[in-house]
Amino acid sequence: MEKRAVFGNRVLPYGLLAPQIAVTLIFFYWPAAQAVQHSFLVQDAFGLSTEFVWFENYKQLFSDPSYYRTLATTVIFSTAVTAVSLSVALLLAAMADREIKGATGYRTLLIWPYAVAPAVAGVLWIFMLDPSLGMISRAMRPLGIDWNPRLNGNHAMTQVVLASAWKQISYNFLFFLAGLQAIPKSVIEAAAIDGARRWRRFWTIILPLLSPTTFFLVIVNIVYAFFDTFGTIDTMTGGGPAKATETLVYKVYADGRLGGDLGGSAAQSVILMFIVISLTAVQFRFVERKVTY
Amino acid sequence: MVERQTAFSRIIPHAVLLTGVAIVAFPVYLAVIGSTHETAVIANGQMPLTPGREAFDTYYRTIFTGGSRTTREPVGTMLLNSFTMAMLIALGKIAISILSAYAVVYFRFPFRRAAFWMIFVTLMLPVEVRIYPTYKVAADLGLLDSMAGLTLPLIASATATLLFRQFFMTIPDELVEASKIDGAGPFRFFFDTLLPLSRTNMAALFVILFIYGWNQYLWPLLITTRDDMQTIVIGIKKMIVTSDALTEWQVVMATAVLAMLPPVAVVVLMQKLFVRGLVETEK
Repeated sequence: MEKRAVFGNRVLPYGLLAPQIAVTLIFFYWPAAQAVQHSFLVQDAFGLSTEFVWFENYKQLFSDPSYYRTLATTVIFSTAVTAVSLSVALLLAAMADREIKGATGYRTLLIWPYAVAPAVAGVLWIFMLDPSLGMISRAMRPLGIDWNPRLNGNHAMTQVVLASAWKQISYNFLFFLAGLQAIPKSVIEAAAIDGARRWRRFWTIILPLLSPTTFFLVIVNIVYAFFDTFGTIDTMTGGGPAKATETLVYKVYADGRLGGDLGGSAAQSVILMFIVISLTAVQFRFVERKVTY
Repeated sequence: MVERQTAFSRIIPHAVLLTGVAIVAFPVYLAVIGSTHETAVIANGQMPLTPGREAFDTYYRTIFTGGSRTTREPVGTMLLNSFTMAMLIALGKIAISILSAYAVVYFRFPFRRAAFWMIFVTLMLPVEVRIYPTYKVAADLGLLDSMAGLTLPLIASATATLLFRQFFMTIPDELVEASKIDGAGPFRFFFDTLLPLSRTNMAALFVILFIYGWNQYLWPLLITTRDDMQTIVIGIKKMIVTSDALTEWQVVMATAVLAMLPPVAVVVLMQKLFVRGLVETEK
């Protein structure tokens, strides 16, 4: 779509674009280009000389078992966060969508955790799950669970998943509710007249009609789990114990902080860029075509 | 809905939703309670579920004076830093993207498409994937430990530009034609017609971007080293000392409450704009 009526000024549009283009070039393209460039270089131990090594850094990364471990951790983590927060949100949205009194009130009560910073969410959950003083850990002790996320990797993973999923429920709830309310009531009534009970209607009509929303949310949640949960992981576990909660983004940060392997760190960044670009591309294809099931 | 509702089927949704609300609110409730008790009570793991008596003292100490055991900045300073950063990011983003969207939609010039795509691609490059190279650029430009370094790299984003572009496309051409006939130039049209029309969109975007800016973690963590540049979200992490005994949990919880308050208030008070902003930015 193009505007028919436009202004004829020749210089002005460049002036209007200048601030954004300047910031974009300096803080997006320049660093991204540097990351790509460094990923093909190896620096000697003193940082005095660099050598062009083609894909050596990538080869090294993909022959390193710890990189695969981090990759697996990231996949498990993002799948768990997405599954937990989507299912809780869908349940709540389906309940709020039934014509009940106070639906908007419930919405207000459910959407505010969106505004809580991931790092702060981590702190809140640490306070409940800390092995010695946490209220929930204390409640678990009589049940015979020796809860210790500081030593037990699975416990640590559970707690970062809970805190990350908790924060995302509100977002998913909001979009699920909007999606549910956009389903024409007549379709559901028709099914009811045909004798389909509530559960059957939900599985065979509502859920398929909701699939565009669900698909969209799956992508958004994966992106969230990949990139926005850094604060949660850093405050709760710092990637530990023994790297059990180290995701790809956290690894870039942790490796880079130790310094040293500039090329390897750059290669990691480049791989991450590829992941975001493909996720975004998937999302855009889908938005463009407006596919339903 | 369709079936006749029994008392039981009417209660279920409420029961489920109330449970959901309780689960969602519980961590925050505990934080509020935690901020009103003494360190010893919390450290023993004996904290009750009811408020204690230390609230005023704790909040006063947290906001105005540093911690007794650590040499940290008073949280008041951090709040101010967070607020400045969030405002600069939100307003900066809105300003530069409304201008670039205006250029792309209402002017024809060479490289228009190229410029648009250049901005569009940045949608795919969140700070998290290019932290160290961006850090190096900021360091080379001498932006470490400065407000500019904290905000500038986060200001450029395709989302806001796309949103304004989308919105400008829906404005009827007749409006531009009418202003042109009235002799208005591009500046007059922008300030007298376009800006007033964009008010709701700007407000909705502001709500989302304020929260985005306030909650930043990774970038401020790298770019600030001086204590007086710390934002509250960073400061809180530094208060948790690895050995439990040294952590002043009531101060940590008071800080958590203070860190949540502004963005949560924005969401609750401007709920309509928030929902709109959220839905629009995801288009």
